[in-house]
Amino acid sequence: MKYTEEHEWLLVDGDIVTVGITAHAAEQLGDVVFVELPEIGGEVTKDEEIVVIESVKAASDILAPLDGEVVEVNDAIVDEPSKVNDDPEGEAWFFKLKVADMSPMDDYMDEAAYKSFIG
Amino acid sequence: MSDLKITPLTELHRALGAKMVPFAGYLMPVQYPMGIMKEHLHTRQKAGLFDVSHMGQVILRGDSFEAVAKAFERLVPMDVLGLPQGRQRYGLFTNDAGGIEDDLMFANRGDHLFVVVNAACKDADIARLRAALEPDIAVEHLDDRALIALQGPLAETALETLVPGVAAMRFMDVATFSYRGADLWISRSGYTGEDGYEISIPEAVTASFASELMDHPDVEPIGLGARDSLRLEGGLCLYGHDIDAGTRPLEAGLGWAIQKVRRPGGAREGGFPGAGAVFGDLNGAAPRKRVGLRPDGRAPMREGVDLFASPEGGEPIGRITSGGFGPSVGGPVAMGYVSREHVGVDTRIFGELRGKRMPVTITSLPFVAANFKR
Repeated sequence: MKYTEEHEWLLVDGDIVTVGITAHAAEQLGDVVFVELPEIGGEVTKDEEIVVIESVKAASDILAPLDGEVVEVNDAIVDEPSKVNDDPEGEAWFFKLKVADMSPMDDYMDEAAYKSFIG
Repeated sequence: MSDLKITPLTELHRALGAKMVPFAGYLMPVQYPMGIMKEHLHTRQKAGLFDVSHMGQVILRGDSFEAVAKAFERLVPMDVLGLPQGRQRYGLFTNDAGGIEDDLMFANRGDHLFVVVNAACKDADIARLRAALEPDIAVEHLDDRALIALQGPLAETALETLVPGVAAMRFMDVATFSYRGADLWISRSGYTGEDGYEISIPEAVTASFASELMDHPDVEPIGLGARDSLRLEGGLCLYGHDIDAGTRPLEAGLGWAIQKVRRPGGAREGGFPGAGAVFGDLNGAAPRKRVGLRPDGRAPMREGVDLFASPEGGEPIGRITSGGFGPSVGGPVAMGYVSREHVGVDTRIFGELRGKRMPVTITSLPFVAANFKR
C-alpha cells in the first residue's frame, strides 16, 4: 500500500490501482454525506480533481494520483456515504484506475512514511 | 493561538476529547468524539449540553425598568416596555440604513434588563450601548459568568434533577434559581428549534454544574458543528451569514420580532435607527426575502452558492447564506435570499455547484418543526 500527501491510499494489482482515502482523512472529514465519483471509461490526468466528497463540515475533493482510465467505481459509497467513515481503508474504496505508467508510484509514501507525515 | 480566549469549560472539553477550533476569538469545541451527525440527532432525541460562554452577557440598569426599557427602545425595533417581568424576547440592533447590526435576546429581570448578544459582535454591541445609553443607564458587561445551553426534549427532566422548579417554566420565561449557593439565571429558550434552557452561571461553579449535568444518562456534550446544523434545520438565522449589517429585518423574515406598538400607527412607532428603511419593506415591499431551500439529490449546497431562475443563462436571482446536510431531514438543506418575484413556496430554481446548475426547491421554514413548550 502506498499513500499520497492528499491522504489517499493506493493499492496496486498488476496494472490496476485501487484508490481510497485513509482512516486519518476520514476522521478529519467527519461524517461523510455525499460522494460523486468519476465516469467509468474516462481518461484522467494526474492531479485532476475527479471525486467530490462532502462531509457535514465541508466539501473536499480527491485528485487522480496517476494518469489512467477509470475502470471501476464503488457505487456503494454513493448510495451510503457513511461507509467511508465506517471502513475507509477496506470496503469504502472509491475507484480503480488502469495505469500504463506506474513510475509515479515510486514518489508516494509507504506506510511508515505516511504515519510520520500525519504525525 | 495563545491570544484566543477560553471559557470555564475549556479543560472539560479537552478532557472529553473535543476537537477545539478558533471561533469569534475563543477556543471552542466544534465536535466531540461522537461526531456532528450523532451529536445533532442526540440533541433532537434526548438532551445536548452546549458551552455558549463566548456570547456576551450585559446588564442594563437605570432608575427603573421603565427607564431602561424606554432607553433600550431607541436601539431596537422591539416592544421592550411591554415585556412582562420574568419574560424574554428576541431582538435586533439596527443601523441607520435599517440593516441588522446584531441579533440578541433581552429579558425583563425586574429592576434591570438582561441582554445576551453574539460573541463576534459583543465588543461593538457594548460600545453601541455605552455610547447611546450612558450615563443615564449603566451598562455592565458580565465577564465573570458563563453561559450553558441545555437543549432537547429531555432537557427538562435532566435539568429538573439538578435545579428543581425549572420544569414549570414556559418558553421564553426567565427566573433565578440556586445551585451550590450560586445564582443561576435561567431562560427557557435556545437556538436549536428544540425545547430547552439557557443558563447564566458564575464561572466558579460552571465546571461542576456542567459535569453534574453530563452525569445524567440522557445528556451529552454537543459542539458548534451540530449547533450550526440544528439551528439551520430550525430555520434560525446565524449572524454574519444569514443576517448582517446589509440585511433588513423584513428581508430576513424577522418582521414577527417587531411588535405592533413599534410599527407605523403604533403608540411608540419608530424611534430606532433606520426605522424609515425598515418600514419601507412592510406589506411585501422587501426587494428580496430569506427562504428555505431544498436541493434535489444529495449534494449539499453551502454558503455562497449563487441561485438562478433557469438551468442556463441569466443573472443570479439570489444566493445561499447557510447550507449543509440536515441530519434530521436526512438530506441537504439551505437558506438564502431570493429576489421578491421568485420567492413563492415550491418554486423550482437552480443553484450553481461546481459549475453545474442543480435544481433546488424553495420551501417554508423551519425544516424541522419547533418543539417549544409554550
